[in-house]
Formats: sequence, structure tokens, C-alpha cells
Amino acid sequence: MSAVIEEHHDDHHHGPDKGIMRWVLTTNHKDIGTLYLWFSFIMFLTGGVMALVIRAELFQPGLQLVQPEFFNQMTTMHGLIMVFGAVMPAFVGLANWLVPMMIGAPDMALPRMNNFSFWILPFAFAMLLSSLLMEGGAPNFGWTFYAPLSTDYGPPSTTFFIFGVHLMGISSIMGSINVIVTILNLRAPGMTLMKMPLFVWTWLITAYLLIAVMPVLAGVVTMMLMDIHFNTAFFNAGGGGDPVLFQHVFWFFGHPEVYIMILPAFGVVSAIIPTFARKRLFGYDSMVYATASIAFLSFIVWAHHMFTVGIPIAGELYFMYATMLIAVPTGVKVFNWVATMWQGSMTFETPMLFSIAFVILFTIGGFSGLMLAIVPADFQYHDTYFVVAHFHYVLVPGSVFSIMAAVYYWLPKWTGNMYNETLGKTHFWLSFIGVNITFFPQHFTGLAGMPRRIPDYALQFADYNMISSCGAFLFGFSQLLFLFIVIRTIKGGKKATDQVWEGAHGLEWTIPSPAPYHTFSTPPKDLSEAHG
Amino acid sequence: MIRAKSSQWITGLFLLLSGHAAFAGWGDLNMTRGVTEISREVYDLHMIIFGVCVLIGIVVFGVMIVSMLMHRKSLGAKPATFHENTRLEYLWTIIPIVILIGLAVPATGTLRAMYDAGESDLDIEVRGLQWKWQYTYLNEDPTREVKFVSNLLTPATEINNQADKGQFYLLEVDEPLVIPVNKRIRFLITSEDVIHAWWVPAFAVKKDAVPGFVHESWAIVEEPGVYRGQCAELCGKDHGFMPIVVHAVEQSEYETWLAGKQEEARLVYETVGKEWTKDELMATGEDVYARVCQTCHQANGQGIPPAFPSLVGTGLSVGPIDAHIDIVVNGKAGTAMQAFGSQLNPAELAAVITYERNAWGNDTGDVLQPSRVNEMLTGGQ
Amino acid sequence: MSDTNSATHYEPYYVPHNSRLPIFASIGIFLTVFGIGHILNAMTAGTSGSLGVTILLIGGLVMGFTLFSWFAVVIRENHEKLYSDQMNRSYVWGMSWFIFSEVMFFAAFFGALFYVRVFVVDWLGGVGDRGPSGMLWPEYSPEWPMLNTPDEARFPGPESTIPPFQLPLLNTILLVTSSFTVTFAHHAIKEANRKKLIGWLGLTIALGLIFLFVQAYEYHHAYVDLGLTLGSGIYGTTFFMLTGFHGAHVTLGTIMLIVMFGRALKGHFSGDDCFGFEAAAWYWHFVDVVWLGLFVFVYVLGS
Ligand code: HEA
Ligand code: HEA
Ligand code: HEC
Ligand code: CUA
Ligand SMILES: [Cu+2]
Repeated sequence: MSAVIEEHHDDHHHGPDKGIMRWVLTTNHKDIGTLYLWFSFIMFLTGGVMALVIRAELFQPGLQLVQPEFFNQMTTMHGLIMVFGAVMPAFVGLANWLVPMMIGAPDMALPRMNNFSFWILPFAFAMLLSSLLMEGGAPNFGWTFYAPLSTDYGPPSTTFFIFGVHLMGISSIMGSINVIVTILNLRAPGMTLMKMPLFVWTWLITAYLLIAVMPVLAGVVTMMLMDIHFNTAFFNAGGGGDPVLFQHVFWFFGHPEVYIMILPAFGVVSAIIPTFARKRLFGYDSMVYATASIAFLSFIVWAHHMFTVGIPIAGELYFMYATMLIAVPTGVKVFNWVATMWQGSMTFETPMLFSIAFVILFTIGGFSGLMLAIVPADFQYHDTYFVVAHFHYVLVPGSVFSIMAAVYYWLPKWTGNMYNETLGKTHFWLSFIGVNITFFPQHFTGLAGMPRRIPDYALQFADYNMISSCGAFLFGFSQLLFLFIVIRTIKGGKKATDQVWEGAHGLEWTIPSPAPYHTFSTPPKDLSEAHG
Repeated sequence: MIRAKSSQWITGLFLLLSGHAAFAGWGDLNMTRGVTEISREVYDLHMIIFGVCVLIGIVVFGVMIVSMLMHRKSLGAKPATFHENTRLEYLWTIIPIVILIGLAVPATGTLRAMYDAGESDLDIEVRGLQWKWQYTYLNEDPTREVKFVSNLLTPATEINNQADKGQFYLLEVDEPLVIPVNKRIRFLITSEDVIHAWWVPAFAVKKDAVPGFVHESWAIVEEPGVYRGQCAELCGKDHGFMPIVVHAVEQSEYETWLAGKQEEARLVYETVGKEWTKDELMATGEDVYARVCQTCHQANGQGIPPAFPSLVGTGLSVGPIDAHIDIVVNGKAGTAMQAFGSQLNPAELAAVITYERNAWGNDTGDVLQPSRVNEMLTGGQ
Repeated sequence: MSDTNSATHYEPYYVPHNSRLPIFASIGIFLTVFGIGHILNAMTAGTSGSLGVTILLIGGLVMGFTLFSWFAVVIRENHEKLYSDQMNRSYVWGMSWFIFSEVMFFAAFFGALFYVRVFVVDWLGGVGDRGPSGMLWPEYSPEWPMLNTPDEARFPGPESTIPPFQLPLLNTILLVTSSFTVTFAHHAIKEANRKKLIGWLGLTIALGLIFLFVQAYEYHHAYVDLGLTLGSGIYGTTFFMLTGFHGAHVTLGTIMLIVMFGRALKGHFSGDDCFGFEAAAWYWHFVDVVWLGLFVFVYVLGS
């Protein structure tokens, strides 16, 4: 260990180290945030390329590019990488950058552990990706890895997949402990909970979800590991177990997981819309309560992914009602955003465009979610492209759009430079059009009866699949423009002011742009700007 | 080749731009109404929720769009200062609850009807196997039980784009399930290996086939016809190649078919006793191999190691014949290698084993007679 | 809750400039699991796992040294009075939520046990409303503990189970007692009575070790005499997984206490500065509570 031990007071005298070791050894929340965000973007491209392999194979009926077994590996890896590698780390990256700046803290509460949380991830994903080269190929049982397909019939790389999940779990748990402790313990004096920006609130609740469910995921993969290598009978009826037990435990994790991917997005949008409507967020309190209700409800609805699995009717009814209830607090959020826009004085810069698209397209995804919640109808929708359409609407123009909105919104603060607005808007429109061309037709193919996770399909689904594939390439390649815009902004551009956006409120806008390496070494005195 | 591809992409884009006109009617875009009372109820339910969502969408997006058009800075809009309104917030909490209750009521009704199995006229065990379905007509009298496996019929040439695709590409099987109309059929759904799901959209029946458990579902089909579905749970490599075809026929036709099936089974047992020539066995064996074994062990016998072993030149296929018969008849628990003793008849088993031992350069010269396999089958029980 | 403790006055907060520890920890943990993965795959495939053993050894060493230095650094920084009360609160919160995550990990396994006991055992026999699954397992009849599994060939059931009111009861007494002794040790710190601290803490560790010994003995008995193994169907599965993970946590807790013992000998801890000790003690209590759950649900209600 370095013998230099600085008092925090001196911290602002230190800039970042030089060279690569800055990134490897850093304990600075901004550096770590940046690491997370770049990691996430690389994973997004990786998972995206896999999606493009899927879409290219599905461009027309028949097997053209890949064999079924490789197709299944692509589906699985695409889902896993997007969920655990792209969306979750992106939000952790945003939390790292923003939470301390929003609550007036000098850094994250446990800075070394923060670095640990990040650096586990590249190893975990390297291990996961290396399974593509292993004998027998990568995991091929879907991102939901149902037993016994994953236990008795999985490839040897399943073992490494399991340990990869363990590593991601450790990373997420440490990351969320850090977020919780930072928020509970490091707020500037006078920053009460109900004064925190909504992004901070949503992350606090998300962190609780993570701490509660990541260990359960670790538990279920451990059960798998034992079934594979030690002849235990968790998921084997012959020994008194039940394959459906796997699904219960998995979805007890899996459903809160999908809210983990959307709650921080709600926070981002709740920061951006007021700024560009130049009007305070409507219904701050109810936003907080709605977020908490969604989080609570998310624990008691898991079996809506398992309606066709043969659950007794009482269970089906209960899970249907509970699931439908989630529409109420989510509706509150949507209505609040609309009310914030109402009678505002709006401008439509790129972050706002992404946020508005978020509200509309996420709501469409929510509607299809509600349709899926209706058990008898779900018997027809389940495991078809209707489900694929549902979750891509909430995840791509939902979570991913919100991340992009956040990057455009805070990039000037991070880099000190404005991005090019014309390019940003071009990126938005290409993405918006691309995403809808890709995923809207999937509603139709799904209703018409096309199952998901198939490499080849019957002829009546051909037209819509072709459209969907075209959209996927349009959307995918538009993201290269995003990369270009971000790099250009980092390199230079018009200097950003401290407040950056005319309507922006919050502590992060009171500090200089670019944000100095250390902020709030002494807590801010004036919190009048704090409210989100 | 490249040109053909790019022209298809252009067609795709064209279809896109020309909007829906180029497509078949609404029927192809929407859920099927189906041919059972339940399936029509489900369809109606689907249309109701869909309608409700569209209406809410119009209201919410309408307000947003008006706001975006009118309350923009470029039009000189000044921001209002309100930021809460308790009455409004209560209202938009309560109205959705009311709407949801309105949806839950009919949904509950339909679900109850679906779970109310009643007294069945005919019980059929539906068993999923990697990657085919086995149907058993359960009967009071086990000797009259009819049992067969239903495989994908679409040839590999069509899948690999070496031949034109037929009308029912991927949705055709060698032996469809045959059921009488207007009878309450109970499906007892289970699986041999991994989870599959038996789904016929026209009946609104989708139920997971879970190994070790039996799940029930039922249908009363009202119109004769051919109904097609697919396996709806990822079950491994050929999950996409595991279709379901059901022929619903009039009762009399059903009975004729059933009698034919029973007669067929009897004939098979007669052939077991007879002495087969090697050529007969090889011909039948090649046939069976292509139909049953090829998905895993591949046409050239090389398999896809390590998941599916090669049968050429190594292992049991050129080793002691008893062990070879054993693995084909009894399978290997916990692997994809199934117990084919219950799927194929002794003649087919003998033929396919003979074929394996003499094809692809495995020239063992062994000839296995069905009677020998039959001994193992009956003796082994 | 923390409106009051959200630093109503300003305290200095120590932020280390950078650190080599986390990257080493990441490498260490990665090598560890990678090695174990190799060993397990080799074991199941029946090939040699020596490569895996090497990787695991390297990983374990890296991980061990890193953790050791990590704690050493934290202790040193604490001694150098770099930590404010607020910093200590961060550690308190951190440890609490870590324990909560452990609770959820056990919850998954308890959940599996309950689900199997309440539903699956009956369903497999065709009882209850999940279809006539009994037709697949004509020989099987629902009972708990499950001494006859549906597929006796692959999962031969155990002959009998462990009677709760013998060794398990002894273990319960041991652990509950140790929860008291560790509390006495804590009081000793508050009273600044080092002798007493060392005595009670030493006793706690001894109780933990005896517990582990009894547990090992019981496992041996189960495997050798009762045919109760990981592979003897769902009873053995849940029994060994729940008690096994608990045992692993007792081991970890004991190691933590031993470290605290060493620190106590070196004269660490004072009444207002003993977070390390407290963290270990909470962990110990947590392990104790889990055991009570096990005793009730696995042993008493399980036989
Ligand atoms: C970010 C991720 C995310 C989010 C936010 C959601 C949100 C919701 N999801 Fe989704 N879901 C997924 C990700 C997500 N989902 C994924 C990944 C899968 C598939 C997993 C797999 O199998 O691989 C899935 C699958 C899935 C299923 C299983 C389908 C199946 O396999 O058969 C169901 C069933 O109930 C469901 C329901 C819902 C509901 C009711 C919501 C609700 O939260 C939506 C609430 C929102 C609204 C309803 C819109 C706004 C509200 C209003 C404007 C108010 C007024 C409205 C009404 C009164 C109707 N989802
Ligand atoms: C957050 C999560 C997320 C995101 C962002 C996406 C993004 C996309 N998804 Fe994904 N998807 C899932 C989560 C997600 N998906 C999940 C959970 C599943 C279920 C998996 C399962 O069944 O188990 C799934 C399944 C799934 C399927 C169904 C597969 C099947 O059932 O067989 C399809 C098919 O169209 C699909 C398509 C796409 C497309 C086109 C995108 C596009 O948005 C992708 C955009 C493309 C890019 C971003 C590529 C950009 C890269 C380049 C242009 C190349 C640059 C190259 C270099 C720099 C070297 N996804
Ligand atoms: C669903 C996939 C699948 C199908 C269909 C299948 N097999 Fe197999 N087969 C396997 C697998 C997997 C193994 C390896 C089992 C193991 O791990 O030992 C195997 C092993 C074998 C072996 C032993 C190979 C050796 O040397 O160890 C023979 C012989 C064999 N199969 C013959 C057949 C025949 C004959 C058929 C058709 C009637 C058939 N298989 C159909 C998957 C399949
Ligand atoms: Cu069988 Cu999918
Ligand atoms: Cu869900």
C-alpha cells in the first residue's frame, strides 16, 4: 500500500493519476462511474452484435447463417449480456457519477469496495464470453436457464456460467451496499430524504431490490451447480424435487430484476422532463411513494412468468391480480410526467426527445405487460414474440433510451463540452424509428403464433420478420453515431456553462463544468438548489 | 448470391414503406379466434384489454401531444408553477383501479371455465421428447391402447434452402394427433426429458410438459379441421422444429382411424416373428434413422460432439452388440439419448441398429433380427 | 430513519486516493472460481483436474493475502484516527446490509425446502391440484421425511434421518450459549476489561469449534450409517445444503472471531472503538438465528 495517506481536506489538491493505473487503482466515484459506463457500452455493442446475428438469421425462413445450437447460444448470451452487462452496469455508472454530486457527498461511502465492484465485472464477462470458445459451446438454454435443460442437458461451460453469475451477484451486492450507505450516511447537512432528487430516491430503492434478490439468484445457480455436479435433486422429480421450483426461485429474482432495470430510468426521466419543461416535477411525493409501491409489489408477482406451468387456479388468480396492480403506481408516474409537461415551457433538446420517447414507448410496453398479466390471454401470448415485443419496448426504448438521455443530459457536466445538438437529434430520430420498426411488428408475429427462441419459422411470419430485421440493423448502426458523438464531445466542443441547461436544478449544476475531480470535500451550505 | 440477398433486403424495405397494404388481412396480425368456446372467450378478452389499452393510450398520449404542441418555449409559453394537486392525484389512482377491476372480472370467469375440467370423453397422454411428441390414447383396456410418435415431416432440404418450402413448412408432422369433434378431450401433458410446452392456438391450450409431473388441459373442438401448433418452451437445439398437428374429425371417422391404428399395431407384432434379410433391415433402418436419430447424430453419423456423440468407427456402434441394443432400447438417463424401446417397434429397432452397425463404414456385418430385440424388450421388463 | 444522523454537522470523511487492493481481490476471486469450475467439470467428466487445482491455489493465495492486507490497512487507518464517526457509521450500515443479503441467500434455500415439503411431496403422489402426476410414479407414496424417492434407482432414499433431540439439540445449546458468551465479551470491551474479553471470546471460539466438530461427526454418521447423502433425494439435498451452508458460515464466523481474538491479544478495541469486533459478533448472532431456523424446520419438523 502506498504510504501516502491524505486527510480528506487535501483531497482536492490531488488530480487524477496519469496513465492506465489511474483507472485500475482509482477510488474516485467519477472515474469508477466512467469505467462502468464504458464497460456497459462495450457490452451493449457485444450483445447488440449477437442480436444482429439473431435478426439476420430470422431475416427469412430457413437456416441461412447459423445452426440451431449456435442460435440458442446467441439468444442466451444476448439476453444475459444486455441485462447484466449493458443495462445494469450503465445504471450503476450513472449512480456513481451522480449520487454523490446530487446529495453533496465527497465520494461514495466505501470507495475501495466501489472499485472492487467494478473490476469484478470485466473478469466475470470475460469468463462468460470465453464459454463461446469452449467445447460444447456457450450456454444455450436462454437467459432464464430453466432446469433441467440447463442442469442435465447443459454444455460443460454451464459451470463457468454459474460462477460468472456468482461474480456478477457479488459485484451488484457490493455496489448496492455502497449506494445505500452513501445515500443514508453521506447526505449534506439539511438534505432530508424528501429533498433528495428522484434519481437518488429511485436508486436507493433499486439498491434495496438488488440486495434482496441477487442473493436469491446466487442461491438458485448454486442449486443448479449441486444438481449438475453432486447429484442433488432440487430440480429432479425422480428425487422428489421439481423443475418448477427452479422457476419459482429464478423469478423471485427475475421479476424484481426487471424493475431494477427500470426504476433508475424513472429517476433519470424525472430529472430531465422538469428541466426542459422549465417547471417543477409534478407530484414529487407521490413519485416517491409510487416507486416504493412498485418495488414492494415486484416481490409478490413473480409467477406471472409461469402462468402456463401448471399452477393451481388460486395461485394463478392471485398472481394475476397482484401483477395488474402494478399498473396503478406506474400509471401515477406516467401521469405525473405528463402533468409536468402540461403548461410548461418546453424545448426539445436531445435528452428531452429521448425522455418523451421513453414515456410514450415505455407506456406501450407497459400496456402489453398488462395484457400479459391477464392469465387466460397469457396462455396465448406466453413464449411468443408478443412477449419479446413487450420486454423490448420496456427495455430498449425504456431502459436504454433513458440511459442515452442521461448521457446527453449530463455529458456537458462530465466533460465540460456541449455535444453537437444536430447530431444528437439525428441519433435520436434514427434510434426512434429503428426501434419501432424492429419491435412493433413483433407484436403481430407473436399474436399470429410465432414462438420465441426459434431459429426458423413458418412461412406466414416471413414479412414481419423481414421488417423487424431491417429495423434492427438501422437501430444497431445508429448507435455507432452515438459513440461518435460521445467521443467528439469528450475531445472538445463548445464549452458548457456550469448550469448547462437553462431549466436545470440540483446540486450537480452548481459545481463547475467539467465537474472537478473532487467535489463537495466540504458539504454545500446552500441547498436551495437541491430539489429535483 | 449476394445479389439475391440484397434484393431481398430491398423487398423488405419496400414492404415496410408500403405499409400494411402488402400484407394479408387482419387475421394474420391478430390472435386466432379458434374453434373452442374457451378460445373464443380468450379472444374476446384479448380484444377487450387491447381496446382498453388503446383508449387509455389515446387519452394519455393525446394530452402529451397537445402539451408538446402548445406549451413550447418557441411559442412563447410561460411555465406554470403548480406542482401538485391532491384531488387529481387521487383521481388518477382510483380510475385505473376501477378499470383494472373491470378487466379482472371477465378474466377470472374465463380462467375458472378453463380450469373446470369436467368429465372427459377421451384421455390422451401427451409426452414431449427432444424434439417430438408422443401420444398415447389411454384406454380402460391397455391392450387396445394406441400410442405413436409424431415427428417433424419437413425435409432437411427445405430447411437448408435446397428445395422450395412447402405450404406448411415446419408445421407438418408424419403422424398427426386425431381427435373426434364435440367431445371433451382431456390432455395429460408430461415430458420425458426437459420442459416442453404443448400449444395449439386454435384451442387456446398451452401447457408446459414438465418431466416427472402430469399437467391437465382439455378442449372441446367444435369444427372438423387441421389445427397446427408448436412447442412453446425452449427445449434445446430443435425447439423450433417440434410442431403439433391435430386432426379434428367426426366421431365415425375417428373410430375408423382408431381401428386402423389398432390393426397396424397387431400387424407389427406379426412381422416381429419373421426372419428379415439384411437389405430389408438396412432399408428400413435408413428410413428410421433419418426420421428419428438424425436430428442428434446427424445424417453422416458424426453427431455434434460433445453434446451428441459420433456413431462412426467408435463406441458402442462398433462394440459389443448387447450394449448397443441396450442404449438404444433403454436410453441413458439424464442425457438426451432417449429410451427408444417405447417409441419404436422391435422391427424398427432391429433395423436401425443393423443400419448403424453397417452404415458410414461401420462394416461390422452384424444383422440383428427383430425377434431378438423383442426378447430383450419383453424379457427385460 | 437517518434524517437525524445525516450529518447535521460537518465531519471529515476519509477518502483514500487510490488502492491496489481491489484489483488484486478481483483477480483473486476470479482465479478462485475459475479454478473451482475446472475442478468440478473435470470431476464430472472423470478427467484430471490438476490445472484447476493450480489455478484455485493461486487464486486462493491472492485472495487470502489481499483480504489480509485489506483488513490490515483498514485497521491501521483506524488507528491513525483517519476515521470519523460518520465513517464508522458507513461500516455499520455496510455490515448490516451485507448480513441482510446473507439472510436472503438462506431464504432461497429455506424457500426451496418449504415449497418441496408443502407442495411437491404431495403432487408427486398425485395428491393436490397439480394434475395426476402420481400415474408416473406408481411405487411412490407421499411422506416427509422422504425415505422413498420416486426414482429409487437414481436417488436411493435414506434409511432414516437424524433424530433432532440428540446431537442437533446439543449443537443448538452450544450455539445459543456462544451467542451469550460473545455478548459477555462485548460487555468486557465496554468495561475495558481485557482479561474478561479474552476469556469470553476464547470460550465463544471454543464453542464454535465444538459445534463444527459435532456437525462433522453427524455428517459422517449420516453418510456412513444412514445412507443419508446429497444424492439420496430431496431430503438429503435440502438437509445437507441448508446445514452445509450454515456450517460454512459458522466456519467463516469462527475465523472472524479468531481474528478478533488475535486483535484483542494485541490490545485493540476500546469502548467506543470496536466496530470490527461488533461486526464479527453480529455475524455470529446471525449464524445463530439461522441455526434456530434449521433446528426447527430441518430437524424437529423434518423428522
Ligand atoms: C424493464 C423491464 C420490464 C418492465 C418495466 C415490465 C413491466 C411489466 N411487465 Fe414485463 N417483462 C419483462 C420486463 C419488464 N416488464 C421481461 C424481460 C419479460 C420476459 C422475461 C422472459 O421470459 O425472458 C417480461 C415478461 C412479462 C410477463 C410474462 C409473459 C410471459 O412470459 O408469458 C408478464 C405477465 O404478466 C409481464 C407483465 C408486466 C407488467 C404488468 C408490467 C407493468 O409494470 C407495466 C405497468 C405499466 C403500464 C400499465 C403503463 C402505464 C400505466 C398507465 C398509463 C396507467 C393506466 C393503465 C391501465 C389502468 C391499464 N411481463
Ligand atoms: C436490456 C436488454 C436488451 C436489449 C437492449 C436488447 C436489444 C435488442 N434485442 Fe433483445 N433480448 C433481451 C434483452 C435485450 N435486447 C432479452 C432478455 C432476450 C431474451 C433472451 C432469451 O430468450 O433468453 C432478448 C431476445 C431477443 C430476441 C428474441 C430471440 C429469440 O427469442 O429467439 C430478439 C429477436 O429479434 C432480440 C432482438 C434485439 C435487438 C434487435 C436489439 C437491439 O436493440 C440491439 C441493437 C444493436 C446494437 C446495439 C448493435 C450495435 C453494434 C454494431 C452496429 C456493430 C459495431 C461493431 C463494432 C464496434 C465491432 N432480442
Ligand atoms: C435427442 C437426441 C438424440 C436422439 C434423437 C438419438 N440420440 Fe443417440 N445419443 C444421444 C446422446 C446425447 C448420446 C450420448 C449419451 C451419453 O452421454 O452416453 C447418445 C448415444 C447414443 C449411442 C451410444 C454412442 C456411444 O458409442 O456411446 C448410440 C448407439 C445411439 N445414441 C444411437 C441412437 C439411435 C439408434 C437413435 C435413433 C433411434 C438415436 N441414438 C437417437 C442423443 C440422441
Ligand atoms: Cu420442445 Cu420446445
Ligand atoms: Cu415480471
